[in-house]
Amino acid sequence: MSGYFRTRYGEDAALLDTRMQKFWFVLLVLFLVPYPFLVNPLWLDLGNQVLLASIGAVALMLLTGYAGQISLGHAGLLAAGAFTTGILFKELAAPFWITLPASAATGAALGMLFGLPSLRLRGLYLAVSTLALHFIVIFAGSEYETRRGFSTGIVIDSPISDPRAWYFVLLAAAGATLLFALNLLRARTGRAWRAIHGREAVAEALGISVHRAKLSAFVVSSTLTAVTGCLFAYYRGFVSAEAFSLYLTIQYVAMIIIGGMGSLLGAVLGTVFVVLFPYAIDSTMSALRLSERFSSVIFAINYTAFGVVMIAFLVFEPQGLVGLWRRARDWFLLWPFKQRPLR
Amino acid sequence: MQLAVNILVLASIYALICCGYVLIYRVSRVLSLAHGELMMLAAYGLYGTATLFSGHPVLAIAAAALLAVAVGIAVYFALMWRMTGESVLAAVLATIALGILLRGAMILMFGTQTQHPLRDLGWTNASLAIGEARISSVGLALLASTAFVYGGLAVFLRASRWGIRMRAAGQHPLLAAQRGIGLHGVYALTWGLAAFTAGIAGMLIACDAGLESTLVIIGLKAFPAALVGGLDSLVGALVGSLVVAAAEVLLIHYVDPLLSDVVPFAVLLAMLIVRPWGLFGTREELDRV
Repeated sequence: MSGYFRTRYGEDAALLDTRMQKFWFVLLVLFLVPYPFLVNPLWLDLGNQVLLASIGAVALMLLTGYAGQISLGHAGLLAAGAFTTGILFKELAAPFWITLPASAATGAALGMLFGLPSLRLRGLYLAVSTLALHFIVIFAGSEYETRRGFSTGIVIDSPISDPRAWYFVLLAAAGATLLFALNLLRARTGRAWRAIHGREAVAEALGISVHRAKLSAFVVSSTLTAVTGCLFAYYRGFVSAEAFSLYLTIQYVAMIIIGGMGSLLGAVLGTVFVVLFPYAIDSTMSALRLSERFSSVIFAINYTAFGVVMIAFLVFEPQGLVGLWRRARDWFLLWPFKQRPLR
Repeated sequence: MQLAVNILVLASIYALICCGYVLIYRVSRVLSLAHGELMMLAAYGLYGTATLFSGHPVLAIAAAALLAVAVGIAVYFALMWRMTGESVLAAVLATIALGILLRGAMILMFGTQTQHPLRDLGWTNASLAIGEARISSVGLALLASTAFVYGGLAVFLRASRWGIRMRAAGQHPLLAAQRGIGLHGVYALTWGLAAFTAGIAGMLIACDAGLESTLVIIGLKAFPAALVGGLDSLVGALVGSLVVAAAEVLLIHYVDPLLSDVVPFAVLLAMLIVRPWGLFGTREELDRV
């Protein structure tokens, strides 16, 4: 309805097709590149956290938002990547270019394992089996910690120490992940994922191998998640089983819900929201001069507020931030009219 | 002998908790992951009523149980009611969000230190001898209340009007609604009952081991028992609890005490691979590919 028609195949295949999109993209790049030189260390760290978590959120979005497979084992997969890195570093003093592919391989293998129940199970049962795998991975990790005497956690020396250098590494990684996901979703694999999300029987009838599509969704998602875990280990310089609690899974699931299911933009927006949320509460508290009184229970306030926000999105805006954004955009596009014309 | 007693006590803990999972799943096809938090809330309720009615322990327990029922019904009308017709994922996530919310709110209200409701009630946890084995009096109370709850539920579901309505709503909500059964009332009652059983479990565990945040983990660990037995079968929940408790106690005793947190989930995975609908679950209930 925008009066814009694609007349060549090149235009059809382009990721940025309108002039407006190109303009906004350039603006985004112009914001992201000088960002680390303009802000203080806290905001730089927050930017890094957003970039890092967005890789994991995109991975979960591919699996849950597009392929429609519920997973509550995200923290377990992150832990698997982080522990692979930590163990290889401690035992073999392996450098970065070995630990990263090794983490990815662990992720792929675990994705295969996580995915196997999905061939027989759907919905709730699948969620439960991934939850079970989460506990088993965490148990294996903490067992390694106690057996080898790293009961407080594994310390890792990072090859990159400057946070600004980290920013560009993470920016490149997140950008590459997004590009990969965008292209994968347009290709045969991604279309197959959407088809099995819609209705499995019909997808099967259309010649899509449901088993292969499900397993590939799990493998791709887990590989990306394990890579996130590896980067997380290097970024923090520290791996411990306590960091990968069920709360982390809930946070990642919240990212894709708050962002909006079935949208990569949603995954990124949700990540920004969830990562900044505790800091927003913190600064609100100190602005209200309550932080001394509640300093010991600040995490409880986070939990409560987080629960309220998640429930609010689930009940009032199931489309998430992307839904809000689309509605706002339509309002401006269609003004003074209210409804989209019928096609 | 001591091992057998330990298995029985743990099994009755699991059975008491997972009949809430089974009730909610059987009637409304929702998996409640906020169950551990509901247990903890009821235990804090007992802590509150114990100080309020000090000197009248029976009154305090009854008040706390009533409070638990009210909380369950309130949860349905405040949140789960809006989730009817949404996807499975949305409903499960709503319960997860509720759990996080409750956990935060409870820490804000009651603090983080361990409470001992039994001491506030003015009772002691005496240890009794049965043959060579020993059992705590709270453990005995656990066994008794599990028997009471399951017996009561069996009679309620078979013989009473509301019980039959609940079963009908679980079998086919549309047909049940067309025959004049008010689904919202039935679902609310289910949540109330589930919160009640969770509350009993929470109070007893808190009396036994003190009231702290590990209660939530116990709630989550009981879930595999429900699934092993079959998510829609109360008999299954009993058998599943026995299986999971036996596996856990024996492995802890003979292999490694650290295994305690994973054994239920390992049993669960084995069950999902071999027989996903559980020992006593109905096969066609499972949404299979």
